[in-house]
Amino acid sequence: MRWRGGTSRRHFLKNCLTGVAILRASGKVPLLEASEQGTAAGKSRVVIARDPQLRDAGTTVDSNRMLKLLDRSVQAVFNLDNPTEPWKKLARPGDKVGLKMNALGGRGLSSNLQLIEAICERLQEAGLRASDIVIWDRDTDELERAGFHVSTGGNRVQCFGTDRVGYEDELVTYGDVGSRLSKILTEHCDVLINVPVLKDHDGAGITAALKNMYGVIHNPNKYHPNGCNPYVADVNMLPEIRRKMRLTICDATTASYEGGPGYKPQYAWKNNALIVSQDPVALDYIGWQIIERKRAEQGLKTLEAEDRAPRYIATAGDAQHQLGTNDPKKIVVVEV
Amino acid sequence: MSGEVNAQAGFPAAGETEIAQSVRGAFSCALDRRSFLKCALLSGAALSICDGAQPLVAMPLPAVPQKRDDSRFTVEAKFYQKLQNQKIKCKLCPRECTVGDKERGYCGVRENHGGTYYTLVHSRVCAAHIDPIEKKPLFHYLPGTLALSLATAGCNVNCKFCQNWDISQVRPEQVPAEYAPPKLVADLAKQHGCPTIAYTYSEPVVFSEYLMDAADAGHETGIRSVVVSNGYMQEEALKTAYGKMDAVKIDLKAFTESYYKDVVVGALKPVLDALVTLRTMGKWTEIVYLVVPTLNDSDAEFRGLARWIRTNLGVDVPVHFTQFHPEYLLKNLPITPVPTLERAKAIADAEGLHYVYVGNVPGHPAENTYCPKCHRVLVERVGLTAKQVLIRKGACPFCGQQIPGVWHA
Repeated sequence: MRWRGGTSRRHFLKNCLTGVAILRASGKVPLLEASEQGTAAGKSRVVIARDPQLRDAGTTVDSNRMLKLLDRSVQAVFNLDNPTEPWKKLARPGDKVGLKMNALGGRGLSSNLQLIEAICERLQEAGLRASDIVIWDRDTDELERAGFHVSTGGNRVQCFGTDRVGYEDELVTYGDVGSRLSKILTEHCDVLINVPVLKDHDGAGITAALKNMYGVIHNPNKYHPNGCNPYVADVNMLPEIRRKMRLTICDATTASYEGGPGYKPQYAWKNNALIVSQDPVALDYIGWQIIERKRAEQGLKTLEAEDRAPRYIATAGDAQHQLGTNDPKKIVVVEV
Repeated sequence: MSGEVNAQAGFPAAGETEIAQSVRGAFSCALDRRSFLKCALLSGAALSICDGAQPLVAMPLPAVPQKRDDSRFTVEAKFYQKLQNQKIKCKLCPRECTVGDKERGYCGVRENHGGTYYTLVHSRVCAAHIDPIEKKPLFHYLPGTLALSLATAGCNVNCKFCQNWDISQVRPEQVPAEYAPPKLVADLAKQHGCPTIAYTYSEPVVFSEYLMDAADAGHETGIRSVVVSNGYMQEEALKTAYGKMDAVKIDLKAFTESYYKDVVVGALKPVLDALVTLRTMGKWTEIVYLVVPTLNDSDAEFRGLARWIRTNLGVDVPVHFTQFHPEYLLKNLPITPVPTLERAKAIADAEGLHYVYVGNVPGHPAENTYCPKCHRVLVERVGLTAKQVLIRKGACPFCGQQIPGVWHA
């Protein structure tokens, strides 16, 4: 694939264009099962990796520093020293891996290009073919507006929206949700890596890991009433999503604390951080706290006071859903 | 959304073969959603004459399909209020969605672009048929005539029993559609012998701007307009949009708020208010009540409904108790037993309503219109066909009783 803005990593581009994986997996590593997500050992680990020097003198994220930031965060999640090993636990060569990003916020507030690039690089180093990686969201035009270039076919990393392939005809249901799933999820992904953006959301309170799955279904507009509760939790319970989800790498390099989910420069801040976890509920809970701290710093009311606290997070962690935990006593925050 | 079935895969009805033949006569082949434009293209009759029109047979998509150009379907919405931070509040339906920039409302067919709200479905027709007017159903409106019936994607509720969910519960870009500007629709209706354009199948509330323009275009050439709607609409929008209609059919889906909340994802009161408003406006209105086993089929609901209609609308408003068929998210319930429909009718009759029908049961005697005074058959129907219309000058030919409705073109 081609990247816009001249930010490509040379090796990455080379690999994308030739389809030759840098490294082959040296042996089979047991993959994480869906049931292992989030609550291993009774506590969920949420890693916050920061790099105040992530950007150069301007606003562009430095690719090398982003790769290091990604490595630090993902290695901390898995307690591994080698930057490639975590990815081998997430996917095997031959797996098709989807990076579900969020492109709603245009160039200002979408999943960061350099972050996606770094993830693709590590996946290929873990033995995955470039053409088995697909970067996607709901709409191709939105991907392009976020700075990504459409790529279909060939031995390159794929990049396109669901509008190009459509949704399954069959409805899938859970709780109050009945939806068609993106064919990118059903046909192009064995493994799903969630790459959302940490944002304020006028209806839901915040949007990060869990709500990013609204971009997987055909009818998200139906599930915004009542602060998206219980719909966000129900969407994440759809079997195809739950079974394929492996990891959330939340882009908090630029985040928003008000006026979301669209990009409003006056409410965005350069946070220069990634939030990574296998527990999307814990990640969202921590993300919510980060946004609340920023709101307090800016003299804004809490989301609760504005009657838009993200109640769906607790629902996702309840006995019916068990998608993770929102109990701070059961969350270990690791800052690296 | 409308309870009227769009797809031909819907339940069969008596007379359907004949109707299909008549449709074939008009459009060269039976029209379902997918074949509509293919047929139009082949016959040269309809929408393919528009610039850039493509037949809807180009699936699956090529590897790198071209970008969509939705600009011709995008028109500024009429009913909304601008808010701070480029947000808007939609004033079309009681939901009053507050929509941020680049977001859509609940209906999925209206989008905020930088603080201006747009409908994305103006002239964006995803389903079109030529139907007998009885299919709407409108039984007291030009019986035995045809209606050019059309829909765009989208709906402002989410009924768990929706028969047309594949067009009502999707975004416009998710369903094949074609550009059908108002004048073309009016011309097509005239060309194919339809005295009426019907806005139906999905939920016309969400394409109000289009139906208003199409109604105006139709009236300029003597073509009337009717709408088949859930009535879940704000008063000003209702008066403005449905004020242009010549008749209205409202799906009153139940008589409890709990049903509207749990099964429809809407609210009952605004629909009742809309019915009263339509009555005040003098619009010819008929009501359909889809009877869903165990969910809205109690005697108390039937009685409460009938009494409310008698008190607020009058005894002459036709009420159709129609049979439910399992679909969409309610596949676990059986087809409504005919005795249940007959029980509903008996209760409504006993409450004094004059025109109570049983629907979706082809051949049932309660499909006919009877004189409320002498009880003779005035309109004999089989399925969707009016076999015999005896009403003369709006009255019973046997006893002279006035029969309310729109009987003459």
